[in-house]
Amino acid sequence: MTRVTTTQSEDAKSAKSKAPRDAFGTASKLTRVFGVAAFVLTSALLVFALVISPPEVIQGESVRLFYIHVPSAIVSLYLAFSITLVGSIIYLRKKSIFWDLMAGAAAEIGVIFCAITLITGMLWGRPTWGVYWKWDPRLTSTAVSFLLYVGYLAVRKLELPPHVRRQRAAILGIISFANLIIVRYSVQWWRSLHQGTTLDPVDTQLDGSMLFSFFLGMLAMIAIGAWLLVHRFRVAWMEERKAEQSLAAAIVERQSEGRS
Amino acid sequence: MLSDARLIAAKDLRIEASSRVLLTQVLPFGLMVLLLFGFGISPDRQVLGEVPRRSVLEQVSPGLFWITVLFAALLGLGRSFSIEAADGNLDGLRLGGLDPAGIFLGKAAAVIVQLAVLEVIVGVGAILLFGVSLANVGLLAVTIVGATVAIGCAGTLYATLAAGQRVRETLVPLLVLPVLAPVLLGATQATEAALFGPVSDGWPWAGLLGAFALLYIAIGIVAFGSFLEES
Amino acid sequence: MDAVVLGLEDGWQYVVPGYAITFGLIGIYAVWVVRRGRKLSAELPDDERRFLD
Repeated sequence: MTRVTTTQSEDAKSAKSKAPRDAFGTASKLTRVFGVAAFVLTSALLVFALVISPPEVIQGESVRLFYIHVPSAIVSLYLAFSITLVGSIIYLRKKSIFWDLMAGAAAEIGVIFCAITLITGMLWGRPTWGVYWKWDPRLTSTAVSFLLYVGYLAVRKLELPPHVRRQRAAILGIISFANLIIVRYSVQWWRSLHQGTTLDPVDTQLDGSMLFSFFLGMLAMIAIGAWLLVHRFRVAWMEERKAEQSLAAAIVERQSEGRS
Repeated sequence: MLSDARLIAAKDLRIEASSRVLLTQVLPFGLMVLLLFGFGISPDRQVLGEVPRRSVLEQVSPGLFWITVLFAALLGLGRSFSIEAADGNLDGLRLGGLDPAGIFLGKAAAVIVQLAVLEVIVGVGAILLFGVSLANVGLLAVTIVGATVAIGCAGTLYATLAAGQRVRETLVPLLVLPVLAPVLLGATQATEAALFGPVSDGWPWAGLLGAFALLYIAIGIVAFGSFLEES
Repeated sequence: MDAVVLGLEDGWQYVVPGYAITFGLIGIYAVWVVRRGRKLSAELPDDERRFLD
């Protein structure tokens, strides 16, 4: 009786796992939770940020860019690149491939959100400062950080033996975070000598529905980032498996060639 | 560690002494870049409202000088590693029992010495071509030493990452330039302060350059070994 | 100078492209990642995808 049940459930499991898994690729319960959260929060964000919240007294309508600009900056510079840092440190300690792939996936998502930060920052700058680029310390250091991590991603693509590449990427992941901080403070120092304080997107005063819109933007960007991170990590994981498989296949082929 | 470093540095400098690639190729490149800046930024343009009257070229000469040095340094780094790349020489050095930190310091020291020579000649070129009058040599010297050590050490560290790779020539600039952006900032500010005053503005930047130099020496000594390890 | 520039422009012409680029970029990246995931999972046997459990 028990035995039959087990077989049945196993059959059901494997049948179930075949069809939907191939259909959904890297999706799972976890990504569905993040995906639904991201969708709901983004919809709410669009409604609150673009319709319900009022224009700001000084900045006017352009304040609405703030609700995506600052959250994407936080997700990129603080969350994603921190995950890269942590993943790199754990990789060096435990040589865990999981954390190496996590560091790489997080860096890629960080670069995407960094690009968004730069684009929305420039679009915010045009109506506020009159120019797209004012050498604002935050924007300028974000641009350099963007390039730092583009370089990190390029190193991850080097044609090296996997363990060598992981080792180099992990060290670079740690040094890059230190560089991010160095660049940030040296650019800030540089700009502070040349001009007084200007309007800074991060210093905007918000209240009521504007504060709530910013809050929604924060949550939406985090949910989108988490959803992307899980999917991207799984893609990286499968790429790793596939590379191993083709390596194994190549070895088998070599051996059979040798025998014949 | 230090004797290994001396060995490597002497080897690299000996190769340069016989091949003279930096002297006959990279240095002329640097001087050409100075001329190109003159063509790009019209030498007749004056800075408005400045007393004494100064040409735009003179006003921005500190930045132009350091950008030229950075570009030349990229070429120098490429050279420093192309003499190693053949047959995985770098691993050979490590397997030969040399201390990785020593290899790093040696490679960096050779780059720094060659870069310093280049800076003096390109500097004289900039003084002559851009009409700059030299001032506050003490601050300038500290700036040059700090910036050169920082460029040499950071550059050597990052160039190792891509050593022996097909994409090396394109990857090294992408890796090195964002990292050296704060060095360019500091060196330009300190040089500006030294040449045009007030000098007191320059010393903190020179101090920052010194800090970068020490930081990259330390990072290099710690990290260089694991770049080579198992490779 | 800031004060002169401030408020002269309405702002929507920057807000709309900003939102469009942001969610467009995320969307393109998401589609790329998901499609690549589907392609790879079709190529790999089930037991190679332990991350699903």
